[in-house]
Amino acid sequence: MTTQMKLPVDQQAVQAFSQKNEEPSWLSSLRLDALAKAEELSLPRPDKTKIDKWNFTQFAQHTVVSEVFASLTELPDSIKALVDIEKQQNIYIQRNNTPAFLSVSDELKAQGVIFTDIITAAKEHPELVEQYFMKDAVKVDEHKLTALHAALMNGGVFLYVPKNVEVAEPIQAVYVHDQKDASLFNHVLVVVDDNSSVTYVENYISTEEQSDAVVNIAAEVIVKQNARVLYGAVDNLAAGVTTYVNRRGIIGRDSRIDWALGLMNDGDTISENVTHLVGDNSFGDTKSVVVGRGTQKQNFTTKVIHWGKNSEGYILKHGVMKDSASSIFNGIGKIEHGATKSNAEQESRVLMLSEKARGDANPILLIDEDDVTAGHAASVGRVDPLQLYYLMSRGISQHEAERLVIHGFLAPVVTQLPIEGVKRQLSEVIERKVN
Amino acid sequence: MASALVIKDLHVEIEGKEILKGVNLELDSGKIHVIMGPNGTGKSTLASAIMGHPKYEVTKGEVLLNGENVLEMEVDERALAGLFLAMQYPSEITGVTNADFLRSAINARREEGQEISLMKFIKELDANMEFLEMDPNMAQRYLNEGFSGGEKKRNEILQMMMIKPEFGILDEIDSGLDIDALKVVSKGINKMRSEDFGCLIITHYQRLLNYIQPDYVHVMMQGRVVKSGGPELAQRLEAEGYDWIKQELGIEDETVGQEA
Repeated sequence: MTTQMKLPVDQQAVQAFSQKNEEPSWLSSLRLDALAKAEELSLPRPDKTKIDKWNFTQFAQHTVVSEVFASLTELPDSIKALVDIEKQQNIYIQRNNTPAFLSVSDELKAQGVIFTDIITAAKEHPELVEQYFMKDAVKVDEHKLTALHAALMNGGVFLYVPKNVEVAEPIQAVYVHDQKDASLFNHVLVVVDDNSSVTYVENYISTEEQSDAVVNIAAEVIVKQNARVLYGAVDNLAAGVTTYVNRRGIIGRDSRIDWALGLMNDGDTISENVTHLVGDNSFGDTKSVVVGRGTQKQNFTTKVIHWGKNSEGYILKHGVMKDSASSIFNGIGKIEHGATKSNAEQESRVLMLSEKARGDANPILLIDEDDVTAGHAASVGRVDPLQLYYLMSRGISQHEAERLVIHGFLAPVVTQLPIEGVKRQLSEVIERKVN
Repeated sequence: MASALVIKDLHVEIEGKEILKGVNLELDSGKIHVIMGPNGTGKSTLASAIMGHPKYEVTKGEVLLNGENVLEMEVDERALAGLFLAMQYPSEITGVTNADFLRSAINARREEGQEISLMKFIKELDANMEFLEMDPNMAQRYLNEGFSGGEKKRNEILQMMMIKPEFGILDEIDSGLDIDALKVVSKGINKMRSEDFGCLIITHYQRLLNYIQPDYVHVMMQGRVVKSGGPELAQRLEAEGYDWIKQELGIEDETVGQEA
């Protein structure tokens, strides 16, 4: 269907990159194998968004080297605002492709928690990483972008929480994009073993207003038995960045994942968020908010797949579209045969702020089992004139009234974010984008 | 300074149907006026039209607040000019806490840099909520979301007490209230009573007037004020109903059709 674009990175370059990072042989061969597949496989087909003209593969350079930060006080102000410099003990900061700062408390180390950049993790914990890396959650050969991701991975983190460890304080990762043409193939691998829990919050942030880069992110979250993960994210990449981001969870018996995603990119974005409720009594809650502006095109697919009995999945998506932005919201609840007593619920709401904006909410339920419950609600509409009338009747200006309604509309996700700085930043980003 | 709200020959349509057919009424600060009347006679339309509800179209007439025609103002300007409407069906607004909303409303009346201090605001809010026997948690709940009917009405009165308007219009503030809630709401209204506050209460139950002593009582039928008097008028309505007025004026059907 398309003319084959030659990838800007060849086998030798990938091999050299892998060697330079002293990667284990399994990873080197996985990369080379993936590169071959990336040439052959076609792009994914996100429902209702045509992406064959999007640039996912052409970038100036694979990896750039950036300066590190000797301490958190050296961070630029826009990044500093995200971080509680006094209190945040467990934090990773990546600058383009360079691990620029890492701090892990002695307490976590003593408990056996591993938190480090993915390249170092592959070198220092090869067996552990190999066990999970692109095995169950995101697979290399799904399509061109997953294959390309595996071949070119040049950033990300590995977070491992062993059995019976409850990590009380949130763990934070900040991915700073401050070089316009730096491409990012970021891989986040979170593994939480039985009876453990952790909160992980990440930010993708561009410091330049306009960029021209390719970003390809995969996050794999493995939650074993009776474990719990809260995964918060704020994506805030600049206009001109084409992003493919795929966050997936595999949830075991009696376990739970909560996603709180602020999807605030200014460039064209394909965002996929999939939760596999594999174990009996597993629970998945996905909350996302989106603001689209300018001429950006976006596709947000949120999917919860029920395999385990008595599994519960909830999807809540709220999007605000302005200018000529266009977004597709696909919500999919899928109950496999045998997942009796499961419950799949979803709700998508899109608020349109301009005539030219487009927003589609597509709720889909696919049910292969009789003994289940499911429900969906979707709406696309404008700000309710009666709400504005009510607020204005108290003396609040129309502009401020609209602002209150929009913030309120997005609040269910904002309030979920567990790190104050990140919560504040998401509010500020929303403020900037909707005004 | 005494202020006045004067309604002159007000005609209002909704979706092309005329509901108000020439309402005339004069309110002064310091006084409580009550409009009574059966359902469907235009009472709530009057309240909504004065405030500027988007569905109502004024086709003729004026509403003058201290000489200025509020019908030419935006809804927020009417509020800033001194009007307040306690609504029959307040909107629910997700994600906006009651407290944040109230602070925005108060600060809308103040210059930039002169915003109410958080401490002062909280003190005032707490005191008023206690006075209205409201659960303190309601300050942090989303505006009217999941509030019971009675909670919504109390919340309307709370807003009025915090905003302190020159004129308060209360549209069926008593409907759906049990006797305890009715007493609390009345207590709030009576507390507002002063030389600087004028009030227009719209109701079709006399029972509210057991707790609030009105200065003037008006009866609306067929989209007009057809009778005015003192508190004794309300008592007679309580005892005899509306039929005697209809007979007196030769009215068969007092309604103007469906009241929205």
